[in-house]
Amino acid sequence: MINISEVIETNKMILEENLDVRTITMGISLLDCADSSLAKTCDNVYGKLMRYAKDLVKTGDEIGRDFGVPIVNKRVSITPAAIVGSACCRKPGDFVRLAKTLDRAAKRLGVNFIGGYSAVVSKGMTPADELLIHSIPDALSETEHICSSVNVGSTKTGIDMDAVRLMGEIVKKTAAKTKSRDSIGCAKLVVLCNAPDDNPFMAGAFHGVTEGDVVVNVGVSGPGVVNYVLGRSCRGVSFEVLCETIKKTAFKITRVGQLVAQEASKRLGVPFGIIDLSLAPTPAIGDSVADILKEIGLEHPGAPGTTAALALLNDQVKKGGVMASSYVGGLSGAFIPVSEDQGMIDAVNAGALTIEKLEAMTCVCSVGLDMIAVPGDTPASTISGIIADEAAIGMVNQKTTAVRIIPVASKREGDTVEFGGLLGRAPVMGVSRFSCEKFIARKGRIPAPIHSFKN
Amino acid sequence: MNKAIITVVGKDTVGIIAKTSAYLAKNAINILDISQTVVGGYFNMMMIVDASACAKPFEKVGGELAKLGDGMGLKIRCQKSEIFEKMHRV
Repeated sequence: MINISEVIETNKMILEENLDVRTITMGISLLDCADSSLAKTCDNVYGKLMRYAKDLVKTGDEIGRDFGVPIVNKRVSITPAAIVGSACCRKPGDFVRLAKTLDRAAKRLGVNFIGGYSAVVSKGMTPADELLIHSIPDALSETEHICSSVNVGSTKTGIDMDAVRLMGEIVKKTAAKTKSRDSIGCAKLVVLCNAPDDNPFMAGAFHGVTEGDVVVNVGVSGPGVVNYVLGRSCRGVSFEVLCETIKKTAFKITRVGQLVAQEASKRLGVPFGIIDLSLAPTPAIGDSVADILKEIGLEHPGAPGTTAALALLNDQVKKGGVMASSYVGGLSGAFIPVSEDQGMIDAVNAGALTIEKLEAMTCVCSVGLDMIAVPGDTPASTISGIIADEAAIGMVNQKTTAVRIIPVASKREGDTVEFGGLLGRAPVMGVSRFSCEKFIARKGRIPAPIHSFKN
Repeated sequence: MNKAIITVVGKDTVGIIAKTSAYLAKNAINILDISQTVVGGYFNMMMIVDASACAKPFEKVGGELAKLGDGMGLKIRCQKSEIFEKMHRV
């Protein structure tokens, strides 16, 4: 029988420590919507989204009320749009029309984002992939709820450097197109390596072609809970006790996600896919991965020891989380965005955290360089270089890496930009002034790494 | 069985249990267990209840209990019990 101290503990996590379920994301295959007519394809897409996801928001809210835990976002991810539109889109503008259809569906459904305006081009780009990529700046500036991602490499295929070069330019164009809103378009655009097919988190969510017709994936959160627990009981304790505490806390957090996922699956009549057991921070005070690193013993993230502390945290989160759910997937680990985490923002402002240190941190955590604002005059080739570095880390280490970087038009190092809401605010960080232009100008792809001789 | 956990948190005052259980009785909600404690000067009560015979939707019961709490300066929450069972039991 449940006892009162357990009930108090759970409710304290929810009411005081920002425990929430970050997202219920319904993945919907749009492969059967493709037609040689653009108008017909758009009609099919809109119709299928409305049919499948009509109860998503209502059901999410009901589950939240029944269990007394906030379910912050209800979202949809779709088959990469480059595939859906490949038979009917002849120019980038055609893809923009598809994007507007998706945006209209998102508004009608009441979801805050639809992810999957994407192309998976790990080895090469089809004409449709290229058209979609070229349409991204317009698509993101003319819609509200669309998230876009491009997968440019994988451990099995190597890195498509032609796509990397193109994405540097596309990121810059997207920044310019959304100049009046601090280049916010780039906050909805992520470039990935080893992108998972079942990620429920934006901006990188899409419903991969390996998935079924429809599925429910859930992303949990809870950095605040881990932080409070460590603050209460783990100051000065050994690594063994520290790790054990993080593991147990991650288990509890993930169990809530598992419950919500099963319930959503049952009520919506849609198969349950995976739980993504990520620690996803928000700009809310106390809901910070940086604060956990500080609680582990760093003055600021970025101090020597940060990579080790983050490696430890990430691993314990996974160890606790996998025990709580049989189907773990997506990104699963600790997120280290800058603009969405007050502790990270403080670390940048204190001069403790640089892009280079963040890059090192991405070797041991779940994603990559996330929500980082850089000066607007950063060359496209430098952005491509940053993307290539992250993709190389992912490719060699057989993990997902990503870059969501915002070259904020007409801002310089030291300025601050406000994105608002969950996207937060970001200090503009300095970027190396040394050029990689000749490297990025090379054509072709970086070969896949050798999978043996791992010494 | 439709098991739920009702928690009452706030300053201790006369009639908390009486008023809450009167509401539950009126709505055919059976109390299975009650426990209480004081944490940080605040009164904490937990009731495990069975709402199988209750005619009202779960959401409405939660809303009405919250309102009852507001009238006494207390926070009353009603949650399905699985969230606690899942979180604290392997």
